[in-house]
Amino acid sequence: MNLRMILAGSMLLGVLALAGSIDRPLVAAAAEAPERASFDAALVAKGAELAAIGNCRSCHTQPGGAPFAGGLPLSTPFGTIHSTNITPDPDTGIGRWTGEDFLRAMHEGVDRAGRHLYPAFPYDHFTRMSALDVAAIYAFIMTRDPIRAEVPANRLRLPAGFRPAIAVWKALYFEPGEYRPDASRSATWNRGAYLVEGLAHCGACHTPRSALGGEIKRQDLGGGEAERWHASSLTETSPAPVPWSADALYDYLRRGHEQRHGIAAGPMAPVAHNLSGAAEDDVRAIAVYVASRMQRPASAPAAAADAVIASARERETDAASRVTSKNAASAVDGADVFAGACAGCHGAGPASPSAAPVALGLTTSVNAPDSRNAIHIVLEGLWPEPGAKGALMPGFAGELTDGQVIALIDYLRARFTDRPAWTDAPERVKEIRQAMQSEP
Amino acid sequence: MIELNINGRTHAIDADPNTPLLYVLRDHLALSGAKFGCGLGQCGACTVMVDGQATFSCLTPISVLPGRRIKTVEGLGTIEQPGPLQRAFIDEQAAQCGYCIAGMIMRAQALLEKNPSPSEAEIRRHMMPNLCRCGTHMRILRAVRRAAERMRVAAAHEAKPSDS
Repeated sequence: MNLRMILAGSMLLGVLALAGSIDRPLVAAAAEAPERASFDAALVAKGAELAAIGNCRSCHTQPGGAPFAGGLPLSTPFGTIHSTNITPDPDTGIGRWTGEDFLRAMHEGVDRAGRHLYPAFPYDHFTRMSALDVAAIYAFIMTRDPIRAEVPANRLRLPAGFRPAIAVWKALYFEPGEYRPDASRSATWNRGAYLVEGLAHCGACHTPRSALGGEIKRQDLGGGEAERWHASSLTETSPAPVPWSADALYDYLRRGHEQRHGIAAGPMAPVAHNLSGAAEDDVRAIAVYVASRMQRPASAPAAAADAVIASARERETDAASRVTSKNAASAVDGADVFAGACAGCHGAGPASPSAAPVALGLTTSVNAPDSRNAIHIVLEGLWPEPGAKGALMPGFAGELTDGQVIALIDYLRARFTDRPAWTDAPERVKEIRQAMQSEP
Repeated sequence: MIELNINGRTHAIDADPNTPLLYVLRDHLALSGAKFGCGLGQCGACTVMVDGQATFSCLTPISVLPGRRIKTVEGLGTIEQPGPLQRAFIDEQAAQCGYCIAGMIMRAQALLEKNPSPSEAEIRRHMMPNLCRCGTHMRILRAVRRAAERMRVAAAHEAKPSDS
C-alpha cells in the first residue's frame, strides 16, 4: 500500500509537469454548430434510444430540473462535482459545439475549449462507441430545448481540483479506442458487449475502483458502488441465488423488476426506467452479454434453481423457521420487528392483490456481500420513478430506531439465507441515516 | 404491559407486542383520528408522528415504541382550539369525505416542525406518500401553505418582543 502510494505520488508529480502541455486546443475554432432543423429525424430518433441506454438524463438533470440542463451534485471521494448543462444553449450549454467537438469529448475526454474533462463523465467507456452512434446522440442532444442554466462551481480537493491533474489520471486509467468485436461470438453478444463496455458504462458502478478512482480492470464488473449503494457483481460472483438468465435480465432491465431476483432500486431504478425506452434489441443484447459474463463454471441445472425457489418460498411462509437475532445493544428481537412491520406483506399468503413482493430469500439485496442495500430499502422503501408504475414499499426510517433496523437486518440475513451474518450493519445504518438527513 | 407515550401522556397497554400502533390508538385508547386505509403502508390514512417523523401507524408494532414520543392528530388541538394546521384545513375546506385528513395533517405537521418555510416542491415531495381518493389534493396543498405562513407569522410575533 505504501509503495503504491509513493509510486502514485511520484507519477503524479512527474506527470503534473507535463500536464499543461497535454491540454488540447480548440478544434476548428471557426466552425459553427449546425442548425437545429438540419438534423435528420431518423438520426434524432436513434439518438433518443441510445441516450436512454447511456442514462445521460440521470446525471445531467437535477431533481425537478429541466432535462439535460445539468447541475446535479455528484459526491466523489475527491469532492463534489456538478454535472454540466448539455442542452444546446449557446452560452451555458453546448449549443456552440460541433459534431467534431462532441465526438472528441466522448472519445477523448476533452471539452470544446480543449480542457480535460473529469472522469465522472465516463469517457473511459464512451471511447468504445462508434462515431456513428455518437453522431446520433449528438443529433438528439442538439435538438432538445436549449435551457439557459449556469452550473454551480465544483468543490474539489487538490490535486483533483487542478484540472491538468486529470492528465495523470488519464495516463493511468484511460485507454482510448473503439470496441473491437470478438469474431468467435454472435452478433447479438458483440452488440451487448459493445453497449455494456461503451455507451451503457455499466462498469462505472459495477466495477470496483482503485484509491485514485480508476476501474480495476482485472475485476471488470465484479461489483462496485454507486451513491452509497452496493452495485452487484455482474460476473460469476453474482450473489443471486437463482442464476440470472438472459430472459430474466431482459425483464429486469426493461421493467425494473423480476420475480426471481428483485426490484431495481437506488441508482439502478432510473437506469431501468430509461431502458424501458431504449431499442428492444439493444436491451436484449445487453442481457445476453451480461448473462454470459455471469455464467458459473459448472452451470447449475434448472432443477437446482427450482429447489432454491422452493426453499425461498418455504422460508417466506414457515413461521416455525423463525430465527432469533437478539441485538444486545437495544435488546430488540429482529423476529418481532419483522412480524409487526414486515410480515403484513412479506408473510404467508398474499396480503392483498396489489402486494406481490419478491420472496426475500431470492433478492440480491438480502444475499449481497454487505448490508448496505438492504438497509437502504428498509429505511427509504421502494418508490416508482416519477410518472412510472412500479413496486411501492414504504420506508421505515420513522418507525424504527437504529437498533431495531440492525436487529431486523441481521434477522433477514439469518432467516432468508444460509450466508454468513453481516457485521457491517451498525456503521452502515449510521452512514445511510446521515446521508438521508443531509439530502432529504 | 407496554408503556407508550402518546401526546405527552403515558399509557400502559396490555396487548400483543406485534399489535400495530393503529389498533391500539383506535381500539384501546379511543383515539380514532388515525384511520385504517390499506394496512400496507400504501395510503397514509393511518399517519401519526413518532419522534417527530411521519409514520404509518398500521405498520408500526407497539414493541418498537417504548421510550419514544408519539403524536396523533388529537395532540394538535381541540374542537374549540384547533392547532394551526387543523385551522388551515378548516379554512381551506380541505376535507371532502375526510378519511385521509388526519393522516394528511400529521404528515404536514412533521414537515413544518422540521422546515417552517418549505418550497412548493418540498411540500409536494413530502406529502407524496399520502393519498386522497376524493381528489382534494389542491386544497390540501393550499392548507399546508396557509398553515406554514401562519406559523411563521406567529413565530415572528413571538420573537419580536424579546428583540426590542
